[in-house]
Amino acid sequence: MASDIRARVDALLKAHDPATTPRADFLAARFDAGLAWVHFPVGLGGLGAPRSQQALVEAELAAAGAPDNDPRRIGIGLGMAAPTILRYGTEEQKSRFLRPLWTGEEVWCQLFSEPGAGSDLAALGTRAVRDGDGWVVDGQKVWTSSAHTARWAILLARTDPGVPKHRGITYFVCDMTDPGVEVRPLRQITGEAEFNEVFLTGVRIPDAHRLGGVGEGWQVAQTTLNNERVAIGGQATPREGGMIGVVAETWRSRPELRSHELHQRLLKGWLDAEVIRLAGERLRQQLASGQPGPEGAAMKLAFARLAQELSGLEVELLGEEGLAYDDWTMTRPEVVDFTGREAGYRYLRAKGNSIEGGTSEILRNIIAERVLGLPAEPRTDKDLPWKELAR
Amino acid sequence: MSGTASSAPDLLYSDIEEELRASVRDLLADRCPPSAVLARCEGPEPYDLALWRTLAVELGTAGLQVPEKLGGAGASLRETAVVLEELGRSAAPVPFLGSAVLATTALLACEAGELLAGLTEGGRVAALAVPFSTPPGGAFPDAVRVGGDGTLSGRVTSVADALPASLLLVPAVGGDGPGLYAVEASALGVGVVRRTSLDLTRQLADVTLQGVPARQLAGPERAAAVLDRALLTGAGLLASEQLGIAEWCLGTTVAYLKERRQFGRALGSFQALKHRLADLWLETVGARAAARGAADALAVDSPDTAVAVSVAQAHCGALAVRAAEECVQLHGGIGMTWEHPAHLYLKRAKADQIALGTPGFHRNALAGLVDLPGPVG
Repeated sequence: MASDIRARVDALLKAHDPATTPRADFLAARFDAGLAWVHFPVGLGGLGAPRSQQALVEAELAAAGAPDNDPRRIGIGLGMAAPTILRYGTEEQKSRFLRPLWTGEEVWCQLFSEPGAGSDLAALGTRAVRDGDGWVVDGQKVWTSSAHTARWAILLARTDPGVPKHRGITYFVCDMTDPGVEVRPLRQITGEAEFNEVFLTGVRIPDAHRLGGVGEGWQVAQTTLNNERVAIGGQATPREGGMIGVVAETWRSRPELRSHELHQRLLKGWLDAEVIRLAGERLRQQLASGQPGPEGAAMKLAFARLAQELSGLEVELLGEEGLAYDDWTMTRPEVVDFTGREAGYRYLRAKGNSIEGGTSEILRNIIAERVLGLPAEPRTDKDLPWKELAR
Repeated sequence: MSGTASSAPDLLYSDIEEELRASVRDLLADRCPPSAVLARCEGPEPYDLALWRTLAVELGTAGLQVPEKLGGAGASLRETAVVLEELGRSAAPVPFLGSAVLATTALLACEAGELLAGLTEGGRVAALAVPFSTPPGGAFPDAVRVGGDGTLSGRVTSVADALPASLLLVPAVGGDGPGLYAVEASALGVGVVRRTSLDLTRQLADVTLQGVPARQLAGPERAAAVLDRALLTGAGLLASEQLGIAEWCLGTTVAYLKERRQFGRALGSFQALKHRLADLWLETVGARAAARGAADALAVDSPDTAVAVSVAQAHCGALAVRAAEECVQLHGGIGMTWEHPAHLYLKRAKADQIALGTPGFHRNALAGLVDLPGPVG
């Protein structure tokens, strides 16, 4: 298998020299050669190979200086939309959407959360009403990263208010260029606007852009959300990768800032970072040997706590310099770098780590109920029709 | 030098390791239930030496890290660590850490083959005569002196697993410098006095030597390195025992909270308690990776061993205590009783936290190992 993949990589590089081939052409050729995501089926950018073989492709292509598809810019498409389309999409949907999604020609965003449906996502109220061979959608979505660059969105909307909340939801692909879609930047505590509010007014979606059955949107969304939380890279993280590396570098280069109290906290932070790195490495080894564990849910929780502690420590370490901030100008970045910019930005941005993609509180519930098997809290809203829920 | 690991350690369990775990767990379930541990700990024989014989000789765990040509199983410290996980899970009163880890590692490093055979094949118990709180990397202990006639005199306090030991490995300082010596516990002039120990399942003893004849195993050029290797190995593998303690405490607490009902529902359905257990589980996931990392580094003699051991010991030492404390608290009144076994684990965890370097000691050791120096002056 490995030698077959190597041969395919060699053939791709021979036919499309990265030094002279335009980036978009190279990426398209890579997709057509089945080397985009090798675990996807043949014809859809893959080879039906084990996922563990992907690391080999990435290493060989990186060594040859080939361009990548800038995964940070298209993370929602790669991590969330693609696995869901693969699992629930029709043949037409798969062949229409996956290729430009992977090459980055078309950016995707996610229209799930609403002002009234955050952790309780299933309470969402955006309505989709049947109209001939399509649907008309009205509602408001929020916390939508990449909405201002996206061509497509994965969308959850209520198609039946008369049944309990988990059962009346349908999953759609929404065209972000529809005239009924309005995107407004939502400025956040860092000063920039990474995400947006999205207003949907009479947006028309053809029924051919429905993913999964009518009323089955909640089950379809589980695929999306599970993939969001399992988005663990195929490669080992080096020691002092991430936030600890930034803080340790500041510590080493600025001896005049050190104190005994901060030293103890830094050593605890370094220890925690190394333990989390090892836990992530162990999870990676488990996945590679085909024995996935429940540890995936743990990693995001641990990462958020650590990033917040370390980024707060760094601002404190900087003392008077920590009183300054680099730039409050409102911008709309296309990519997010948790360890980018300066300490004040990192501190503020890290606050989002325990909120985005499932709050730490919800993740603890998930661990307690699905991993430890503890009983759910009693819930009064589970079996009531959505339209009768208290709001 | 920011301590870059050369290659990723193998953090999984092999099929052979899982088989070993299953057989040790079966034995302990059969012979070492909490009621039996509790009944024994205040009696005249706090160690279960019949269980030890089965575990050490019949299952062959005493010689896991010993090469086959020296009568051992020719496995490694990875397998030894798996045994410790199970012993931690059952708070078993057997001298495995003192004899099969600390003393055996020292004998291997001294190439004392014939003494090893007694341990691996004869079920003999040996102990390394240092206070159990001794961390790796410290000054060579000078509590015992070598006299002009070559005999040993001095007193070593708080030695783990010395009570059932017939062979004592004693660090001592003579005119030519430090040495490691073998002493028969039955020799004239040797006193081994049981201390009232916080940990009921691993007893400490004070060892006194008065003009005792001894055989030198390592002289000035090697003794410090031998002792350090034994202490580093002990500290690294103790993390696996601590992982086992934490797993028992977490599992037992989760099971109890599913069953115990108050306010008309299972206690485990209250979010305040679920979140505490989720956090504890998260720390346990980290502990498993860190403990495996240390065992693997020791087994392959990785250049990263000192870092891996201090990471594992700093994390797992604190975690085991926290897990045991949560176990007592979340069991409510029953957790405070002598009858419930939670206290056996709390006592083991708290003693283990001090053993072979506290978490704070190992965090501070990392400062030097990974170049994070403290304030100047």
